[in-house]
Amino acid sequence: MSLDLAIFVISALVAVFGATMMIFQRNPVASVLYLILSLVGQAVLYVQLGAAFVGAVLIIVYSGAILVLFLFVIMMLNLRSSADLGEPSPPVSRFVKYFVSCLIFLELSFIIRESLGAGSTTSAGIVTMADDSFGSVESVATLLFTRYLYPFELTSVLLLSAIVGAVIIARRATEDELPPQPEKAVGPISQKTNEGQE
Amino acid sequence: MLEMIIISSVKVIVVVVAVLTCCAWSTWLERKVVAYMQHRMGPTLAGPFGLLQPIADALKLIFKEDLVPKSVEKVTFALAPIISFVPAILTFAVVPFAADFEFFGYQVTGIISDLNIGVLFVFAVTSLGIYGIVLAGWSSGSKYSLMGALRATAQMISYEVGYGLSIIGVILVANTLSMKELVEMQGSDSIWFFQNWFVFKQPLGFLLFLTCAVAETNRCPFDMAEAESELVAGYHTEYSSMRFSMFFISEYANMLAVSAVGATLFFGGWQGPLLPSVLWLLLKMFLFMFFYIWLRGTLPRFRYDQLMNFGWKVLFPLALLNTMITAAFVMID
Amino acid sequence: MSSYLAVLIFIFAGTGIVLFTFFLARLLRPSNPYPAKTVNYECAEEPIGDSWVMFNPRFYIFALIFVIFDVEAVFLFPWAVAFGQLGLYALVEMVLFILILFFGLFYAWKKGALQWV
Repeated sequence: MSLDLAIFVISALVAVFGATMMIFQRNPVASVLYLILSLVGQAVLYVQLGAAFVGAVLIIVYSGAILVLFLFVIMMLNLRSSADLGEPSPPVSRFVKYFVSCLIFLELSFIIRESLGAGSTTSAGIVTMADDSFGSVESVATLLFTRYLYPFELTSVLLLSAIVGAVIIARRATEDELPPQPEKAVGPISQKTNEGQE
Repeated sequence: MLEMIIISSVKVIVVVVAVLTCCAWSTWLERKVVAYMQHRMGPTLAGPFGLLQPIADALKLIFKEDLVPKSVEKVTFALAPIISFVPAILTFAVVPFAADFEFFGYQVTGIISDLNIGVLFVFAVTSLGIYGIVLAGWSSGSKYSLMGALRATAQMISYEVGYGLSIIGVILVANTLSMKELVEMQGSDSIWFFQNWFVFKQPLGFLLFLTCAVAETNRCPFDMAEAESELVAGYHTEYSSMRFSMFFISEYANMLAVSAVGATLFFGGWQGPLLPSVLWLLLKMFLFMFFYIWLRGTLPRFRYDQLMNFGWKVLFPLALLNTMITAAFVMID
Repeated sequence: MSSYLAVLIFIFAGTGIVLFTFFLARLLRPSNPYPAKTVNYECAEEPIGDSWVMFNPRFYIFALIFVIFDVEAVFLFPWAVAFGQLGLYALVEMVLFILILFFGLFYAWKKGALQWV
């Protein structure tokens, strides 16, 4: 148990440290790296709770896919350092930022306090599991494809709309670059040679 | 508990060292095989058949000056080789390397960690392999590096979905994600020891897996990321000395990892008659490696747009189709 | 639980080996940088301009489409595991799910978003 506790404390600290550093970093690429660190910490927490599937999904979808997208955006905008991020925001909007984040923090604290009463907890703060099958891939699948069928099918519609959105953005982007700029030619050389054949 | 940690640590160290050794001699194998395919001799000077060549290379690289160009982002530049190497070998944590055996009175399982989400773990680790490359390319501040990294990343993400989907067929047949159980299912005591291998139940799935695996590891004919003729060395152009060799080792470790996963999922892993189980796995892995090298010795490189088209318009729909057909067959059974 | 501990040990061992070889190399190798050595490689010329001019916005679109289909792949894994228990019902559900997403792929295809050039 003590090893369990140690792992819990360390991974929780890693998750919080990563999230905090992500916010305080001015270099966007470093922010992404810290976010990955935080996600890995969270994945360990999920594994400890017995929800290994959720942990794996967290790594595959967030670290493996969404953060790659973030990195691409950072590269597309060429945000190398703090200088590229522009001026710091004016004091009024900064005040609004802090105020809203304090509100969210308070809200989250209340939610966590409420939900803690629901399950029995061990000394490590780990909610004790219902049974062994809890969080296993089979039980997740069984629930997903029976009880939560409609949300699941709706997810596909959501993803579909995401594809459509992406395609429309893509068309805008290509239309913008249609007048060829000889000095700032984007993409590989093959772009020019193949235009005639299409 | 302590005993388990010690046994695990010993297994981890043995496997890591074994993988690194395999990486080193894979480079020898590649040079030798490609050389013979081109009617050359390959390395011959260091040791018999040039077998000591990998050691000579390692010694040379370790004594080389480590150049850091002034345009790099220092921290990310230093982290990238590590981020590239660790996911590359991490796959071996869930690959069953041998049957359970007894070692000085201890009952030892032939796998470092038998996760019940083993296949998903492989998928997750593969998806993290992108970062080493993209960070190396980004932090170098060089045109070749950035271009190589972007191409490599776009290619990897395009083929990663197909890679994941090609495995789904096997899981549909086996109904488990545990690599250990997958291997045990493929065993057979009869003279046709290979009759239960999943490659016979999933021929299309295997072909898709093989293709995606080659693309996923950025190997020829999908080696656009390191197209020497246009991108110098791609994402690791600015790296030298030990840092460069980490990328080099990572590439081979990635190849070995997908070979091991392929052997485990489709060719029965360590299952096989007569020979010790470890040797069977190594044999199957090196057949995959030979195939990789054979491809490099034979095929020209794809053009980049062809490569992206092939991934999204051929492999991905085929993988989905394979999944559906397999599901229908499992249904009928 | 203990099997995940082994993964943790593996990660430490892997990182340890890299750091050890770096440390060893640092002890052994010479270090003699001078300005010409620390310039970016650009075929032995002075580098011209920023590395950024090469970015093709299409990389971003592919990443976006990848995210969507990665989520789909993740849904397929639990489905495949529990398929034996769920049977025909699950097959119909998944065919519907895949068809909807496949329509998305088809749309992107027809609109030319998957076209590289």
